[in-house]
Amino acid sequence: MDIVDARGLLCPEPVVLTQRAVKDGRKQLTVLVDAEAAKENVTRFAASRGYAVSVTETGGEFSLSLTKA
Amino acid sequence: MKKRNFWVILTGVVIGVAAIVLTALGNPGNMGFCIACFIRDTSGAMKLHTAAAVQYVRPEIIGMILGAMIVSMLTKEFKPRGGSSPMTRFVLAVVVMVGALMFLGCPLRMMLRIGGGDLNALVGLVGFIAGIFVGTLWLRGGFTLKRAYAQSMTEGLMLPIIVAVLMVLSALLPSLFAFSESGPGAAHAPLLIALGIGLVVGGLCQRARFCTVAGNRDAMMFKDFSMLWGFLAVIVTTIVGNLILGKFHLSFADQPVAHTDGLWNFLGMALVGWGSVLLGGCPLRQVILAGEGNSDAAITVTGFVFGAAICHNFGLASSGNGPTVNGMIAVVAGFVILVLIGLFNRERI
Repeated sequence: MDIVDARGLLCPEPVVLTQRAVKDGRKQLTVLVDAEAAKENVTRFAASRGYAVSVTETGGEFSLSLTKA
Repeated sequence: MKKRNFWVILTGVVIGVAAIVLTALGNPGNMGFCIACFIRDTSGAMKLHTAAAVQYVRPEIIGMILGAMIVSMLTKEFKPRGGSSPMTRFVLAVVVMVGALMFLGCPLRMMLRIGGGDLNALVGLVGFIAGIFVGTLWLRGGFTLKRAYAQSMTEGLMLPIIVAVLMVLSALLPSLFAFSESGPGAAHAPLLIALGIGLVVGGLCQRARFCTVAGNRDAMMFKDFSMLWGFLAVIVTTIVGNLILGKFHLSFADQPVAHTDGLWNFLGMALVGWGSVLLGGCPLRQVILAGEGNSDAAITVTGFVFGAAICHNFGLASSGNGPTVNGMIAVVAGFVILVLIGLFNRERI
């Protein structure tokens, strides 16, 4: 599975990286972020592109699992 | 209504109402809030520059930093972070300040000026949007200021502590500071009200992740219009408020703390828009992030303070009479600096 590591990046960079990664229409992607705002922005972006997002939090970091049906 | 849109629009409306109230209580015209002007005034109060008309420790800014800190601590979002190209951010902040003081206002004041009928601010808005567009091209091209990393609590609290001490000192020992006796710096709402409003607005902006640049940027890059609603909410609220109070005057000429040079209003705000996209957020957002423990944003705010001092010490800032030649040269230099910073901070895609 492909992983986008956007930890420590200020918005909109996590969304830019996610946008770049989903451009080729892949079905699954994991995005790592470490800020609440980045988590919300990536989630909103992914939902707008038709991905289901599930979030797991570990020690203040978030792993966002994006899946396209 | 979606939860996010609710917070964004609520924050926009509260900012608009707060701005109208602060102006009615004594702040300069169409300047209920202005991150650039208020940091410039605070810089002057600390005698970092000596422009006698713009010296006052603005409680709104201090309130916003502390409000964002308090709310982010309550929601467990206060996270000391830093180390993402701090010196580059400092320079970008100086450039943004040069642009803002060419136009005479940060993006937030631009919105409040539009709300007061100042047509020069509409010219500024066109420049602002153009600047943001150029900034997004750099982001698409792989521009990055690299990662920030976890820092100590002390690092995250440094700026909030400094501004809190500054507030207490300026209230208890005003003789240490320079306060304007006339001009915009002498026009201000009562201290405790301004501080209280700053706290509330800072807290709300933290919740909503309010940013004047993000609205346009995200619409252009991701077709995400949610933050744009907040942008419009501020403008609509101030238009309605000013109409009710009879303070809406639609014109280019004779607007408070503004000049009518269209080209330089456009270029000044274009510089602000472009620079802010590279920084990851507008001056307001930097103030809020600094309150959340982001020491890169704290460095950026320090850059604004330094930039404001430079603008007045070297005659770069405009006045109601218009821009200065030094200011024009500095704005052009600012664009060159943005290109260079852009070129040297690209990662291969």
